[in-house]
Amino acid sequence: MSNKKQLQVSAIESGTVIDHIPAASLFDVITILGLDRIPNQITFGANLDSKKYGKKAIIKVADKFFEPDEINKISLVAPNAHLNIIKDYEVVEKKHVTIPDEIVGIVKCFNPKCICNHESVQTRFRVMDKEELALECHYCEKITTRDELRMV
Amino acid sequence: MKNRSLISITDYSREEILRILELAADFEANPNQPLMTDKVVATLFFEPSTRTRLSFETAINRLGARVIGFSDSASSSTTKGETLKDTIKMVSNYADLIVMRHPLEGSARYASEQSRVPVINAGDGANQHPTQTLLDLYSIKKTQGTLENLTIYMVGDLKYGRTVHSLLMAMSHFNPTFYFVAPKEMSMPKEYLRFCQQKGIKYYEQSDISNLETADILYMTRVQKERFSDPMEYERVKNTYVLRNSMLDNTKDNLKVLHPLPRVNEIADDVDANTKAYYFKQAENGVYTRMAIIASIMGLK
Repeated sequence: MSNKKQLQVSAIESGTVIDHIPAASLFDVITILGLDRIPNQITFGANLDSKKYGKKAIIKVADKFFEPDEINKISLVAPNAHLNIIKDYEVVEKKHVTIPDEIVGIVKCFNPKCICNHESVQTRFRVMDKEELALECHYCEKITTRDELRMV
Repeated sequence: MKNRSLISITDYSREEILRILELAADFEANPNQPLMTDKVVATLFFEPSTRTRLSFETAINRLGARVIGFSDSASSSTTKGETLKDTIKMVSNYADLIVMRHPLEGSARYASEQSRVPVINAGDGANQHPTQTLLDLYSIKKTQGTLENLTIYMVGDLKYGRTVHSLLMAMSHFNPTFYFVAPKEMSMPKEYLRFCQQKGIKYYEQSDISNLETADILYMTRVQKERFSDPMEYERVKNTYVLRNSMLDNTKDNLKVLHPLPRVNEIADDVDANTKAYYFKQAENGVYTRMAIIASIMGLK
């Protein structure tokens, strides 16, 4: 009996593979990276089996390479995401995402009395704790935790 | 500090705090210094606050500047649906400095980003009120001769008390020892206890006003009935956090009782006559401290 792992999402010639996204975060990652608004060919798989993480999602974006600032934003919802950079069907580079020190425009402030929930103010947070995810709002100075994390 | 907004007490370094206190002493010695006769200052109070507004307006007048503004958002264009951003952009084209109080947290920081002129935060919701902290520090320094190595008792609502949080952060530069006295429901939040631990600041928690023999400063705040989820719990504790004159026996000669005001019943009337009662003088110090802040932001001192 073969235990060979079948790749359920087909390979791309050139581009970026984002692997080990928690299944529940797939669409948040798509939104954060604006993948719903680019012309590139994209394939993704949801609820795939993962030995390490249970259920995972994977996204393959053809002919797209992300700057670290851009891709690190997904660390909020996919802290263990792996990136494989593909050229000529070969993996030429592997990277992890890291949580940046500042997060602009993606996360909502959990404080209903914060100005950013009343006027059109782009949210800005300082990451106070990368382990326990504590985001300090630049405006109201209150902390939004991982459980309170909502995308804008 | 020239041309920089003052939004949060953490905007000022230890040296900058000391500089403001020095300037405040200068203004106390010499209150009428018309350094700003060619300037207009806007006081935008989107929520009423008579004491802070009058204190600022006195400070501005003693500096010789003119005041424009409003004391309630009901009398401003907010009623027409104008955004804070638009109001600030407009006013920063009229005035040389904006002093702002607003019910939403973060509003002052946002205003400082939209404004062409510096903004002084006179209170943004439950967040910051840095000029109160600076006047509290001035009062402490004046009465104790120094800010270093003092023993500070904070009493009352330590959970929601904006002024105690801010004072704690500011005093952390000066090696204090804290005693936190509050009902369990209103105790000092974990973030601030952690802050003290990280800075190596000694603190103790106790459940009633006692054991005051080592105190240099007794900072009283009001325990509000509305904050209690159980009204009976409030009834049980409300008298435990009231300061009476007899409690000041056996305290140090240099002890001073501070309160950001308004006081309701947490300081009994019989304390007022005690020389250690400093809360009204503390409010007066607000004028000199605000003069110092304004003059330094305008680059005049």
